[in-house]
Amino acid sequence: MSTLTALARAEAVAAGHAQRITTVRHLHVSDRPLVFLPLSMAGEANAPLGALVGTDPVEPKLLVVPQPRNRDQRFGFAAELAEVLLPYLDSFRGVTEAVAANRGREVRYRYVDAPQVLVPNSAGIGFVRLFGRSTRFRRTDGDYPVHPSVPLLGQWLTFLADRAEHPGSGMLLAMTEALGLHWATGQSALEDAHLAALLAWIDPGDGLTGADAAVVAEDPLRWPPAGPATDPTFDNEILAPAMTAYEEAAASGEEVRRSRARGVLEEAVRSQLTPTWELMWRGVSLLRRLPAGARVDGRWAEDRDVFSNFTLYVDGGGYPQPRRDGAVNAAQRLHRLERALQSYAVQRAYDDPLVMADHRLTGEAFVGEVTLADPHRIDDSGKRRVLRPRIQVTTGDVVLVTVGAVLHSPSRPGQKARVVFVTPDLSTGQTDVVLELSGGLGRSLSPAPGSVPEVGDRLCYTTLSDSFMPPGEFPSREETPWTHGGPPQAYEEPVAPSVEDAREEWA
Amino acid sequence: MSSSGLLVPRGGGSGRLVLPPGEAARQVIGEVLADLHSGQHRGVVVDSPPGAGKSTLVVRAAGELAEAGEPLIVIAQTNEQVDDLIDRLAQAKPELPIGRLSANDYTATDRIKNYSTVRVAAKVADLGGSSVIIGTAAKWALVPEGRWPWAIVDEAYQMRSDALLRVAGRFDRALFVGDPGQLDPFSTVETERWTGLTWDPMQSAVAALLRHNPELPVHRLPVSWRLPASAAPVVAEAFYPFTGFSAGTTAGQRSLSFAAAGFGGGAVDEALEMAATTGWALYELPARHTLRTDSEAAAACARLALRVLERGAVAVSERSPGGAPVTADRIAVGAAHRDQVAAIRAQLGAAGAGITVDTANRLQGREYDVVIVLHPLSGRRDATSFHLEAGRLCVLVSRHRHACVVVARAGISELLDAHPSTEAVHLNVPVKFPDGWEANQSLLGHIAAHRGMTSPHLT
Repeated sequence: MSTLTALARAEAVAAGHAQRITTVRHLHVSDRPLVFLPLSMAGEANAPLGALVGTDPVEPKLLVVPQPRNRDQRFGFAAELAEVLLPYLDSFRGVTEAVAANRGREVRYRYVDAPQVLVPNSAGIGFVRLFGRSTRFRRTDGDYPVHPSVPLLGQWLTFLADRAEHPGSGMLLAMTEALGLHWATGQSALEDAHLAALLAWIDPGDGLTGADAAVVAEDPLRWPPAGPATDPTFDNEILAPAMTAYEEAAASGEEVRRSRARGVLEEAVRSQLTPTWELMWRGVSLLRRLPAGARVDGRWAEDRDVFSNFTLYVDGGGYPQPRRDGAVNAAQRLHRLERALQSYAVQRAYDDPLVMADHRLTGEAFVGEVTLADPHRIDDSGKRRVLRPRIQVTTGDVVLVTVGAVLHSPSRPGQKARVVFVTPDLSTGQTDVVLELSGGLGRSLSPAPGSVPEVGDRLCYTTLSDSFMPPGEFPSREETPWTHGGPPQAYEEPVAPSVEDAREEWA
Repeated sequence: MSSSGLLVPRGGGSGRLVLPPGEAARQVIGEVLADLHSGQHRGVVVDSPPGAGKSTLVVRAAGELAEAGEPLIVIAQTNEQVDDLIDRLAQAKPELPIGRLSANDYTATDRIKNYSTVRVAAKVADLGGSSVIIGTAAKWALVPEGRWPWAIVDEAYQMRSDALLRVAGRFDRALFVGDPGQLDPFSTVETERWTGLTWDPMQSAVAALLRHNPELPVHRLPVSWRLPASAAPVVAEAFYPFTGFSAGTTAGQRSLSFAAAGFGGGAVDEALEMAATTGWALYELPARHTLRTDSEAAAACARLALRVLERGAVAVSERSPGGAPVTADRIAVGAAHRDQVAAIRAQLGAAGAGITVDTANRLQGREYDVVIVLHPLSGRRDATSFHLEAGRLCVLVSRHRHACVVVARAGISELLDAHPSTEAVHLNVPVKFPDGWEANQSLLGHIAAHRGMTSPHLT
């Protein structure tokens, strides 16, 4: 937790409601997100009990598994979920836009919009990952055939869960994390993981303080857990009897009795999910009210790229994602994640002065006023005369940059500023920083209008750089070196699932 | 606990116990070179405790392989390490043509500019004729083709497995040299996706190598030439409990004294006297929870470092039996975080401009006469795995040739007791010893006996 977030948490306690820790929204919020609230059965690994899913706040679709231990019913649930999810994904495969690729030599196409799935918390993302894992290798023939949509659903769930690991991606989001990125509450991180308590601090309503509202939110009858785990009292007192009654009714062979018992069970599951469903849409509207950061669209475009590519892969009959990443895939993926994480952090700071303030505290950035400017300075020490304007920025921030460091200003991308002198004035606490500018000045030996900051301008300079980093090179999978076990075995490769895959006992 | 029984170098049989340190080290180096020349192994691993002559081994192995006519590449981790190696190799083998593979914007440092045998280029093709080509792992990862019979990977425990994956196609066989006790490589990405996989890209290069090739020979250098007799057993017991190493010098060969007597220095002088006589000192500040950039602790670090200069410390060692002044470039202050480094640097001011202040990560592989350490747990409320990491503390307390002063708020042992290790244990992940909690306790147990006579908060 950064110093400013810690301060905001303390202020939240004092003020009685959550404090904003950003000035803008750093996530894309879709016009038509799909909210997915899975519940799983206690004591069974990843056995779905039910779900509330849909894009319409007032008309969610309820899915219920009357006997979660029954394998056929489990994959029946998967098929029902696929009936909602797959058409939703398909609905974004309409309009495409052309994008220049490979420095303008090629053109590729991507969809103008992409799906966004919202789950209540990070455990919900875990459910998506595990359920994808248990469905993507299923076969539509052989001993335990499933509906053809089930393995396809598994591929998409796996795709979404993989995307959720990617910093800055908005295709699968946990609502608690999305809200926690923008607000600091006066409660612990553990309590923040409870969606009802988190929203209570952000939006207490009715003259309550956040702390009071959070206490109310702890009542599991009014605000049941947001899943996938259920409330144990509900399990014992409501769910278990309803399930037993359904079993007996189904065994009796009387259709009316069975259907009535199923109705009871459905209502029980619905009662656990409906409050969270409302919270999810409240969260969506809270997020929508925040103005989006300038670089959010760029990151969403990446999501649209990835979505477009994966639809091509699936359309081409691509095999399900392998169980484990091979050595090369793992290294490549880590490389991609690290690049994304760094660029996401820099972009948030560039978009948001409140995020940049954290970097100012650690000495990675400072904000100051231009007190001297020499826009026409020419450096003729080299072979060629070059325009190298200098400016002096005076700041009260802590300046920890060293002479020779290259800085950037969020408001002047494409221009580099090399630190020439750093002169702290101990009597005033101010520091004068002399910067030499290059880039973004125009082509001639006199600067283009507006390309050099003027005296009196207030600017931020930082060591964080948003410039393009070329991706790393990796050997091909077949060239996996001896140090890493040599070329991969079959199970690390995407392959058609075998009969054994479909028979896995745990799934 | 008596440590002497645990501290004998392992793996060499009982015969080595009676060998003098120089002889023991020579024997291990001989075995390493024999393994290299035998051609029986695709890889040879050499574990080297702090200051055990790792670079000497690398330079010697590179020289011998190159002279045997085997084209060779050397993969180091940082540009500074590359320059170090080139400097030493060019001195040792004045006739050997050396190539330095560098980024486009690299300008040769003064250290290597003067050698006529060293060529600098951004492409391998421009280094034709070099018997040895040296570059960083990051630069080698950008070399798309070419294959050399031999590679030497320096600081291999600091290299991440994925970095090795990217360069391993460039060589047939390799010598991996590094210090297993230092900081593990890390990633900014937190994921358990690959935990338990033998090729987990987040582990060290040596870990991945040995998990796939467990039959490779692993040698251990048995003697630290840097750490004095007062420090080697302490560091070995805390951080190398199963392998151990010994000091290459005796207590009589090293001493630290001050030209000026300490008047008016109070607790600072007490701590320095203690450090000069015993090799260790604990400068303890009153217990308090502080910000990371604890200004009192930063000031204490700076005062101690400056006081060493003021009092004209003189170091007597096997290198300079007549005594050599401890100048600013022979003093370092180490801390865990960059903002702490900045705070200490600010306190040092112009008088301490030549003193090195840096984080543990960046102090790896460096050596000083006197090192002041801001304890990573000083003033903290909690002990996170970052602050407990054994490698971090090991780096900080194993940089010195003469004395180490640890600056800490009181209460660290209570903090440790309140935060036992709670790291999850994963299937198929080799257990790493020692764990940071244990190493911290062990070291703290030793230096607690080296408090100054008067506590600073009483004066």
